[in-house]
Amino acid sequence: MKIEDIRTPGRLTPKESELRVAFLEQVGVIPGGEKIKACIQCGTCTGSCPVSYAMDVPPRELIALFRAGDMEALLKSKAIWTCASCYACQTRCPAAIKITDVIYALKRTAMERKIYSAKFPVHSLADSFMKSMFRFGRLNEPRLMVYYFLKSGFWKAFSYLPLGLKMAGKERIEYRASKIKDIKGLRKIMKAAEKLDMPIEYEVKPYREEAVGYKAVG
Amino acid sequence: MQQYSYYPGCSLHSAHKGYDMSCRAVAEKLGCELIEIEDWNCCGATIYMSVKEITSLAIASRNLALAEQYPRDVVAPCSSCFTVLSKANRYLKNNRELDQKVNSCLAEAGLHYGGGVRVRHPLDVLTNDVGTEIIRTYVEKPLAGLKIANYYGCQIVRPERGFDDRENPTTMDDLFESLGAENVYFPMKVRCCGGMLMTTYEEVALKLSKELLECALENGADCIATTCPLCQMNLESYQDKINRAFGSKFEMPILFFTQVIGVALGIDEKTLGIDKNFYRCKKLEEIARSTAVAAGNGKPAPELVEA
Repeated sequence: MKIEDIRTPGRLTPKESELRVAFLEQVGVIPGGEKIKACIQCGTCTGSCPVSYAMDVPPRELIALFRAGDMEALLKSKAIWTCASCYACQTRCPAAIKITDVIYALKRTAMERKIYSAKFPVHSLADSFMKSMFRFGRLNEPRLMVYYFLKSGFWKAFSYLPLGLKMAGKERIEYRASKIKDIKGLRKIMKAAEKLDMPIEYEVKPYREEAVGYKAVG
Repeated sequence: MQQYSYYPGCSLHSAHKGYDMSCRAVAEKLGCELIEIEDWNCCGATIYMSVKEITSLAIASRNLALAEQYPRDVVAPCSSCFTVLSKANRYLKNNRELDQKVNSCLAEAGLHYGGGVRVRHPLDVLTNDVGTEIIRTYVEKPLAGLKIANYYGCQIVRPERGFDDRENPTTMDDLFESLGAENVYFPMKVRCCGGMLMTTYEEVALKLSKELLECALENGADCIATTCPLCQMNLESYQDKINRAFGSKFEMPILFFTQVIGVALGIDEKTLGIDKNFYRCKKLEEIARSTAVAAGNGKPAPELVEA
């Protein structure tokens, strides 16, 4: 947190409130997403999560941070990308919070704000996925991996070589990517949807003394 | 004859042909007709859902719109496809604004989805439409002595309560029990295998998969039966990597549940695509080689022969 972000209790910095609006917009799409308000901080989610041991901010703390008003730390955390979408937290939550879907909303907000570079594994995997989908309408696994390695680091490909050979030996690799018949229609759908998925521009207010209520140090 | 719209999904057409082959073979044997949805596209999978919401819902809904032209349930064997398609269904039903947005995109290709399709998993169809009592009558080679660890994975039982319990599902156990197999104690039946973290965060995924294999091995399982292509991939194809990383010596055969059922119904292993798996299950091969018992084929069951 930077010095100009220091705020009086109960007041949010313009950046924080802007990130909050963006995030809550994403949460609003989830049926029952508003239940995030009902968190009782019991920790059932963290306890149920099979990967919480590898997270810098476990699920319970994600919601605590959201409440405390530190969206930036939340969006910068590696934890949201560690989630494997197993939904264990979501099914067990006594307050019926859609935690996995909330994490998806965080992922989307972080991507929208370009907080992570395009080389980031999840981002490049999603991008490669998209590329294959747009071209063929179906996923072609070898191509997906090639796109992915080109984006996220070519040396990685070598560690997958033995596996690839083994799969090939069992005739489990489809080399020829087959296009769906109505690929043009699918592309139209995707283009139209992409436009709707575009981030909404919020007004970012510059720092003003009144916004914080006192003159910042320095 | 019960008819279903079949949505195989991308992975059943490439890396997991065995699942596709065994699904079709078992369905045929049990008198269900699977009609592939014409010109289906990729569902977008979990990774897309978490990155671009409306796009992922729109591409999933295209399949549902195509399926809606026929009065049949959609059967999606891949867990990821099953979750994404049911999720798209649920979201569009609950959020009218989203429904309008998605349908405006579909209209670009002259399609419309009204929300009238039911998405189902083959496990659901086998236990609730066909029924274990009927399946029992088709058994030609009882699975006596085969110890199976039933691994359901995450996505067919969660997030919403579907056809089975979310914490302790039992449909697959019941199914195998009626085929004469022994279900080992396997408390990790719905624990995550790591999913797509295997590509993006390998060390975590390897640990999760290793724990699953360890649990099955310690409880004396001959093989793990699974319902999900990604689980099968993680548990089977990465066993080499797991062995290297943890110094273990796993050689656990990972089969699709339809492959195991297929053997019991007397379908030969080539048709079920079992030879495409990396590890051979010796016990299952023995059963497959044994002589077939006369099956009732839908008529009252002859008692299962205990070995």
